[in-house]
Amino acid sequence: MLVTAPARAATRPLFDQLHDWITTVDHKRLGILYIGYALVFLVIGGIEATIMRIQLAIPHNHFVSPQVFNRMFTMHGTTMIFFVAMPVVFGFANYLAPLMVGARDMAFPRLNAFSFWMSALGGIILYFSFFGGSGLYGAGSAPDVGWFAYAPLTAQAFSPGHSTDYWTIGLLVSGVGSIGTALNIVATILCMRCPGMTLGRMPMFAWLNLVMAGLVLVVVSPLTAAQIMLMLDRYLGAHFFDTQAGGSAVIWMHFFWIFGHPEVYVLVIPAFAFLSEIVPVFSRKAIFGYSIMVAATLTIGFLSLGVWAHHMFTIGMTSYGNAFFVGSTMAISVPTGIKIFNWLGTMWGGKIIFKTPMLFCIGFLFQFLIAGLTGIMLAAAPFNWQLSGSYFVVAHFHYVIVGGILFALFGAFYYWFPKMMGKMLDETLGKWHFWLFVIGFHLTFDFMHIPGILGMPRRIYTYEPGRGWETLNIIVSIGVVFQAAAILIFVFNMIWSYFKGKAAGNDPWDAWTLEWATASPPPDYNFATIPAVRSRRPLWDLKHPEDPDWKYE
Amino acid sequence: MLCIGWAGMAMAAPGGDPAVPSIFSPASTPADSVYHLSLFVLEVCFLIFIVVFGLLAYSVVKFRRRPDDDGREPAQIYGSNQVELAWTVIPILIVVVLFLATARVIHAVEDFRFPPNTTEITAVGHQFWWEFQYPQQGFITANELHVPVSDVKTPTPTHITLLSADTDHSFWVPILAGKTDLIPNRTNSMWIDPHETGVYVGQCAQYCGTQHAKMLLRVIVQSREDFNRWLAEQQRPAENADNVAKGRQVFETTACVNCHTVAGTNAHGKFGPDLTHLMSRGTIAAGAALNSRENLRQWIKDPEVFKPGSLMPAMQLDDQDLNAVTDYLLSLH
Repeated sequence: MLVTAPARAATRPLFDQLHDWITTVDHKRLGILYIGYALVFLVIGGIEATIMRIQLAIPHNHFVSPQVFNRMFTMHGTTMIFFVAMPVVFGFANYLAPLMVGARDMAFPRLNAFSFWMSALGGIILYFSFFGGSGLYGAGSAPDVGWFAYAPLTAQAFSPGHSTDYWTIGLLVSGVGSIGTALNIVATILCMRCPGMTLGRMPMFAWLNLVMAGLVLVVVSPLTAAQIMLMLDRYLGAHFFDTQAGGSAVIWMHFFWIFGHPEVYVLVIPAFAFLSEIVPVFSRKAIFGYSIMVAATLTIGFLSLGVWAHHMFTIGMTSYGNAFFVGSTMAISVPTGIKIFNWLGTMWGGKIIFKTPMLFCIGFLFQFLIAGLTGIMLAAAPFNWQLSGSYFVVAHFHYVIVGGILFALFGAFYYWFPKMMGKMLDETLGKWHFWLFVIGFHLTFDFMHIPGILGMPRRIYTYEPGRGWETLNIIVSIGVVFQAAAILIFVFNMIWSYFKGKAAGNDPWDAWTLEWATASPPPDYNFATIPAVRSRRPLWDLKHPEDPDWKYE
Repeated sequence: MLCIGWAGMAMAAPGGDPAVPSIFSPASTPADSVYHLSLFVLEVCFLIFIVVFGLLAYSVVKFRRRPDDDGREPAQIYGSNQVELAWTVIPILIVVVLFLATARVIHAVEDFRFPPNTTEITAVGHQFWWEFQYPQQGFITANELHVPVSDVKTPTPTHITLLSADTDHSFWVPILAGKTDLIPNRTNSMWIDPHETGVYVGQCAQYCGTQHAKMLLRVIVQSREDFNRWLAEQQRPAENADNVAKGRQVFETTACVNCHTVAGTNAHGKFGPDLTHLMSRGTIAAGAALNSRENLRQWIKDPEVFKPGSLMPAMQLDDQDLNAVTDYLLSLH
């Protein structure tokens, strides 16, 4: 099963290398393309966030105009969700899922390439709006309708010019890519497993990404449908969301959030997947309650399809409608709690090693706990009537996405970078990255809850002094400095380690899943011979022939 | 760090500065019901936090690999059905309790039965200001909502019908009630029964376009006598003083009348705020500026100074006309 890296071909001309990357159908290269693409947009989205935080640092600031501010929050939200978070989780799934199930590639390599380039095109179309958005003089460039683009603000009457169309088409195109990749991940995990790998022996990573991809298949479709309807409204005189002609603004909200809420799980389930691989390895114990973890994941996936209207508690639903969505939303905290408890159960009685990947996972557990609790507060509809649309909500979902998902992603970078690049990331720089980011994150997002409680709505480009918001806002903005410094260290670490880092070897973490059984980086064909497995931890069995897992499963 | 956050939240609790629109200093029944529910939810969440954080901190400290580690792998435990059952059932019970407590408050606020002496008001959201109609009295005003104070024993609540003329908006005065959206082509409603007189601030809480930030909202809660006096004043036709005839003539012959109404004149526009009793309001431009002579003049001259992106155009008047129109508006008590 173990293979060593083949000698790399002599350096090829740059043009040929570029040609290789553009025409590649290799899941590992496409995975890296996805991840690299997401990192570029992470920096762009981060710059947009920084512009907003400079503007809001003091009351009555004139750093940017209201028009620019509105574009910044629209582009920041759209970019971070569709062109950072989704591509990066697809990238890791692409790279790792075939390796973990012992396959030589994804089920449909050409579809894989097609999907990536569609997603990439979507991002490029969105950002082209900065140049092409002014269809009419003074109509503005980038979209400024907010990332959930509530109707009828997106109608021609309120959004003249082409900026909203770039938003619509960008998401439509990237949505096609997302569906293609989701299909591919489902097919790969179900059909490409190596001999012996029954569903019950798949790594947690494979299970969780299977559920994620299944959710993408179900939920991106309504969003795509809604984008087409919006285009019909804007150009062919349809009236789906055109309230002045009898259309419904509320229907758009339903279409958007039946996508938008499961989308949170599309992003956080891969984060769970990273945790479920990293926490056991650095606690030196098998995952606690494997089958319960799988069941909890399936339950989360199912329930997540029935909670969307908790984004709409303030639209004047009946008391019965509101109560239903309170119940379904609170119910989802049970399987989520089970997952947290099982990770704690995995750490319990282990020998925890505080390498950078594990530090980020512990950060995830702490922050995701708080994010879950503020989620329960928001699920209580009356409490939500106060908190919804305020900075409390902004703090809450950044706690999920940054404190949870991004922390888990950083953990994943430190954990799998050695596999992808063959070099270890530097531990010292990693710890600087971690601690600076923890400080910056908590300065920004802990203090961001309070202005919401004090009545500060989101999406305002400025505010009056004297409402008790000034001190909090300056603290929130200062946190950005620490986060930016941490990101710079991270980027430097990746570049430096790629050239000068310590060689990783096949299995630097003494881990148990199949990707560590091959070379770092793996050869094009992944495995010289297709492995056969007898348990969930094939490499544990190999390393501990006296005490293999298959005896107990 | 988090402790600081929680302490901050505690500081925001009742008895704070009235200028700070904190959801934790309620002065009306809907806000009060939400406040009590939120305290209960916060307590439950705090307990959960203590327990789970305690377990996390304990595991991280207790089960760290020691420097004198023997290098052997720890005992491999694959799971335990009893433990799984415990941490499934206990959260389910907590969820049931939270759900019931929440459903009760939803019902109390949303299905409230209004007494016959309820004041009826219709609020219409516009880009980027508020129109307030008093259908029982037959007049319209803007941006500053006057309502009567309500006694706890014999409540005289105010029922507000919420409509929108253009995009989505949301009515949010945290001290009085949670927010409810104003959605075009849909009728929503909410209610308040403020227990104390005073001025309560809030603002639009649903992104509605360029100047969403300056769509501010003031609710002026008055004693019954003051409120009735205010109603009577608002029902009068507009002042028509001779000394501002020039300004009135400029007003009525420019585009002002396309968007604004002044009762008893030929100004019947509906796109902008009703100006019949403009000077009874403390602010202009939906709270973006105080209602003073200089501000009013500046606003007519170039609204972009206070509210870039406001739908009111600069009127391009020469100084003489500008001063005359300003004087006319200043006469609209």
